[in-house]
Amino acid sequence: MLNAITISHVFVLDQDQALDFYVGKLGLEVAEDQDLGFMRWLTVRVPGDPGREILLEKPGPPGMDQAAADQVRELITKGASGFAVGFSTDDCQKTYEALRARGVEFTQEPTTRDYGTDVGLRDPFGNHIRIVQRPSA
Amino acid sequence: MSRAVEESNRRMLRARDAMDRTYAEPLDIPSLARIACVSEAHFIRTFRATFGETPHRYLQRRRVERSMYLLRETDRRLTDICMDVGFSSLGTFSRTFRDIVGESPSSYRRGGGAVSAPTCFVMAWTRPAFTAVSEKPAPAGRP
Repeated sequence: MLNAITISHVFVLDQDQALDFYVGKLGLEVAEDQDLGFMRWLTVRVPGDPGREILLEKPGPPGMDQAAADQVRELITKGASGFAVGFSTDDCQKTYEALRARGVEFTQEPTTRDYGTDVGLRDPFGNHIRIVQRPSA
Repeated sequence: MSRAVEESNRRMLRARDAMDRTYAEPLDIPSLARIACVSEAHFIRTFRATFGETPHRYLQRRRVERSMYLLRETDRRLTDICMDVGFSSLGTFSRTFRDIVGESPSSYRRGGGAVSAPTCFVMAWTRPAFTAVSEKPAPAGRP
């Protein structure tokens, strides 16, 4: 049966801008960046965690008709794309401060609940990302 | 045309996120319109077209949702909770709460229990649907 999640995707409106954010600001690294001719296969991952990649996928033709792509883009920009990615960290407060200094847009400041301390933020397009620090055992 | 909609959506989302983040502060339409980089009249109209309710109503429901959270999970006094979530008078808080939730804050507290889920999800999914009161445009300068 299944044994791991290896790749998931986030729709982005512009792949260069996505790289600036996911690599330049969040500190992920590029796993693959290939021009397949019909699409740019662009994946990123957390440094030191090679088993799981995020495909930064641009909606559009011919994979998706233009009208559908426009709808997807509109939903992302109004924050209706749902929960895109969750990351973990050892120090939520420190990560929050570092990312804030880089101009990342937060939806929620560090908040401690029974499951840990976490923050919410948006990528430049409107996707919702969370970073959680689990309570130390 | 589509790119203009995206840009506008993103600006409205930025203002909505500001309400979710700083609901406890005395937010007003001019400051929210500034976050969205549009005029006040344009802001109210566009926000409503984008999210289906006025910024005033969105903020009220956010504040009520946060008060429901505090009523469920803390034993803070009602007057403190009212201030915690950005209402300036207990009367307005209680009336708004009752209009939106359909019962009084104290009655809600008696029936409630803790909900364990990430804060953003609690905020997104437990913000009460608006049924009891008809939508009215917000007076200028006062969300």
